[in-house]
Amino acid sequence: MYGTCLGTYGQNRKVEIVKFEHLQKVLNQVSDTTVVLHFWATWCRPCMEELLFFEELSTTYNPQKIKFILVSMDFVKDAETSLKNVIERNKIKSKVVLLDEPDYNSWIDLIDKEWSGTIPATLVLNANLRKRKFYEGKVNMTSFSDELKKMCPVTIQN
Amino acid sequence: MKTHIKNIKTIFLLGVVLSSLFGFTQSGEENRQKADKGYAIGDVITDFKLRSTSGSFVSMADNRSVKGYIIVFTCNHCPFSKAYESRIMALDKKFASQGYPVIAINPNDPSAYEEDSFENMQVVAKAKGYTFPYLQDESQLTSKAFGVSRTPSVYVVKKEGDKFILQYIGGIDDNTQDANAVTKRYVEDAINNLLAGRPVVGNFTKTVGCAVKWKGV
Repeated sequence: MYGTCLGTYGQNRKVEIVKFEHLQKVLNQVSDTTVVLHFWATWCRPCMEELLFFEELSTTYNPQKIKFILVSMDFVKDAETSLKNVIERNKIKSKVVLLDEPDYNSWIDLIDKEWSGTIPATLVLNANLRKRKFYEGKVNMTSFSDELKKMCPVTIQN
Repeated sequence: MKTHIKNIKTIFLLGVVLSSLFGFTQSGEENRQKADKGYAIGDVITDFKLRSTSGSFVSMADNRSVKGYIIVFTCNHCPFSKAYESRIMALDKKFASQGYPVIAINPNDPSAYEEDSFENMQVVAKAKGYTFPYLQDESQLTSKAFGVSRTPSVYVVKKEGDKFILQYIGGIDDNTQDANAVTKRYVEDAINNLLAGRPVVGNFTKTVGCAVKWKGV
């Protein structure tokens, strides 16, 4: 069962600039795909320290089963410079979106009420398994990987 | 039997839909690195005595004529702090004369970021021509007492007798990246309310910023 969760690299290397609505759609989908939203920025040192960990995880799993979105909080003006450089230099294959939603106060609570706004922050969600976990700050890589294995969904049998 | 299973499935799906509507109440408590909460609105703030880039030590009680302070936790290295630099100066320019001057405090462990060293704070304060004290929280105790988790973070305090009461916690406005696109000026609105003798409407906002670097963490 675990084997079916493993996949090949994600295809999307382009940085999309998105609005919060885009993330909300992903969050509101009732499906058995686990979604990992990881909030980071190129200027955030602790984020950069764990970026490759998330990159490695995201390319380990089949995106139909566990879908990673690396949500960059970089400024729009830096999309084609710092952000692009980091993606290219680190050969990031995960899906990266730049969230262009400067009124942070309007959406931080919609990700998690306990989130203070500090990055990195990570939300793991599986609607069908009714599981949701939110991490503020760097994750413990071992326990995060273990949690994710548990999230790898099982199709509900009739 | 089949209908029965169908019903169970329907109930289950309904549960899924409902819980997604209400955003699932249970979160990963045990995994969250809970930041110290620090002061809450209405709390009396303990005064501090911190070294300013000018060399002198600054406390809130030093200036007897103020109505309060705009305390901004900020630093040199953080792009969000840099983006707000001129807006912090504008706040001081606008409100110091009305009784609410700015006090800037750098909460970061300078050994983590060379840019945040005391010498570099002096360089920035001088180069930008800061009209307000820029303090280093060397022990980080003041920053911990406030519960600061990131820069920039603003705390507006109002003087009542000898006490300083916390009136606002949060961001400066609703657009870090583009000062011209700001629609909500949280700190200005808070001060304007206080100056008019009204309570602060919207006394808490959340923003994204650079995590404070604590010593030994």
